[in-house]
Amino acid sequence: MVDRSGTPLVELRDISIAFGGIKAVDHVSVDLFPGEVVGLLGHNGAGKSTLIKCLSGAYRQDSGDVFINGEKAKIDNPRDARGYNIETIYQTLALADNLDASANLFLGREIVTPLGLVDESAMEAETRKIMNRLNPNFRKFNAPVSALSGGQRQSVAIARAVYFNAKILIMDEPTAALGPAETQMVAEIIGELKRQGIGIFLIDHDVHQVKRLCDRAAVMKNGELVGGVVDVDKVSTDDLLGMIIAGKTPEHLAA
Amino acid sequence: MADTAAAKGDAPRRKSLLDTLEVDTRLLGMIGAFVVLCLVFNIITDGRFLTPRNVFNLTIQTVSVALMATGMVFVIVTRHIDLSVGSLLATCSAVMAMTQTAILPDLLGGLNHPLTAPIALVIGLCVGALIGAFNGWLIGYLTIPAFIVTLGGLLVWRNVAWYLTNGQTIGPLDANFRLLGGINGTLGETGSWIVGIVAVVAALLALASGRRSKKAHDFPVKPLWAEILLGAIMAAVILGFVAVLNAYDVPENRLERLFEARGETMPEGYTEGYGIPYSVLLLIIVAIVMTVVARKTRLGRYIFATGGNPDAAELSGINTRLLTVKVFAIMGFLCALSAAVASARLTFHSNDIGTLDELRVIAAAVIGGTALAGGIGTIYGAILGALIMQSLQSGMAMVGVDAPFQNIVVGAVLVVAVLVDILYRKRTGAK
Repeated sequence: MVDRSGTPLVELRDISIAFGGIKAVDHVSVDLFPGEVVGLLGHNGAGKSTLIKCLSGAYRQDSGDVFINGEKAKIDNPRDARGYNIETIYQTLALADNLDASANLFLGREIVTPLGLVDESAMEAETRKIMNRLNPNFRKFNAPVSALSGGQRQSVAIARAVYFNAKILIMDEPTAALGPAETQMVAEIIGELKRQGIGIFLIDHDVHQVKRLCDRAAVMKNGELVGGVVDVDKVSTDDLLGMIIAGKTPEHLAA
Repeated sequence: MADTAAAKGDAPRRKSLLDTLEVDTRLLGMIGAFVVLCLVFNIITDGRFLTPRNVFNLTIQTVSVALMATGMVFVIVTRHIDLSVGSLLATCSAVMAMTQTAILPDLLGGLNHPLTAPIALVIGLCVGALIGAFNGWLIGYLTIPAFIVTLGGLLVWRNVAWYLTNGQTIGPLDANFRLLGGINGTLGETGSWIVGIVAVVAALLALASGRRSKKAHDFPVKPLWAEILLGAIMAAVILGFVAVLNAYDVPENRLERLFEARGETMPEGYTEGYGIPYSVLLLIIVAIVMTVVARKTRLGRYIFATGGNPDAAELSGINTRLLTVKVFAIMGFLCALSAAVASARLTFHSNDIGTLDELRVIAAAVIGGTALAGGIGTIYGAILGALIMQSLQSGMAMVGVDAPFQNIVVGAVLVVAVLVDILYRKRTGAK
């Protein structure tokens, strides 16, 4: 069980963000503890991705604060987020298709030789190490990632997030484009990261997957949080669907 | 799992010679096309095309466009375009010409002062880099499309050059400055051999250190014989190139004049080869530096990553706006360098210098395999592209093809080259 007695790893407090009069996120508060997976559910346009982008540095919230380990954090761009050990795996994976796995893994954080030149051999060696751990079948180290399968690409994106000692991981629909075997691979990796004490925000459409992988879930509708962050063991998939579709808090939690 | 198919593909199998050597088949194709082109022209012209004299002229004619083409690779790889390079060349050339003919003689006292050429060159390079950076700022920070910024620049800088010189031809340029032009400044036979041998040693050391670093990390390496064969081919090409340039003898009366200037008389039967022109040496140095930048520096990584996926680059914390400024500043710098070579070759600045160069430069980069969609391109490819275009042009002139047909052929070759490239990429499955 996740220990929720200490300070939360992440606390998004009263976040609001509007785009030209439309409130994409409306006073939402969510927290995340070490070793915990919190699912973010909702329709397209419900505001879950927008909310999480305030944490990953892609957007800046209009009001509200982000706390990391109880301290107020200032996140203005993706670089700031990396400074707080927040890593994001985007739905699009954000890979440069023309470069190989190790170039993508180290993009923006290359290993350099004393002369300031990039050390390709060292980076490839590190890439081989981490890929052996995450996806032992991975072989295509010298091919551009455009030549990889969906699962292989996903494992490169995950490796990139994990390699740099992520404490907080954001995964935006990591299994949306994957087959069953590859989905299973991602599930195993999530379990492994949980055991290492990493906190994970998992954005997903699939309520079954959220029930299976997450400890708690937050449902968003029209930019608002429906019924707070709920323990997935205390709600059924039907309850979750009701929250997503109708924005209705289940009766046994409403009290 | 999903990866088993890939794993099977990696099982040990007999490899072809080309696989073992790990050479780029695309490069090989281009070199093949170039060789065929040269041989065909050589046959049609009864062996006049591949004489040392013509090879020498071809190389010095190629330098100006090839210098800019290396910069254009970075511009196109980051999904931009630069239509203003010919005009920027003219402005830089005008600035350098005015500096050395109108300003410096008064300041330094007299013509052909030893400091004139370096000062003019540095000023020109700064102007080029600054104008390039300004273009990059308009594109990166103000988000005006590169096509528009540089289309405007095409008009603006062409006419800034006109304004600076009142449309006059400015010349003759400083004697030391003219050394950059090609035939007016060469290394001589001994110097050329020294450069050739240094280049061979450097190439072999690079091969060896690459192999060592792979071994240090237990990566698979090529068999030793393949490595040695590759080294031998490289050495043969470098030394062969030097030998050809050395074989082009300086005309007798010119040598006589040189001896007279020194107050000596020329011995009977004395000959001397030109050797490598300074401008070609400059191109080789630029090519090496640009290749190192592309492959071995963060800047190069970010250029290619941004070209492959700008959003991913941005999310990886790369400042893509500043990157755009840097890429265009490099382009501007190279335009200035090219301007120095082009005006030194002519020995004067003319109002129409660099006209239509933007098209030649873009064509060279594209023939050399730079993808307009971004993310793909090589420096050596662009230089080879420039060489192919120049060979076509001067070969046809030699054969006596009418001027309109020359341009028709060059235009058609550009389109066909891109078509062949598309088909090649489809077949090999590369993107």
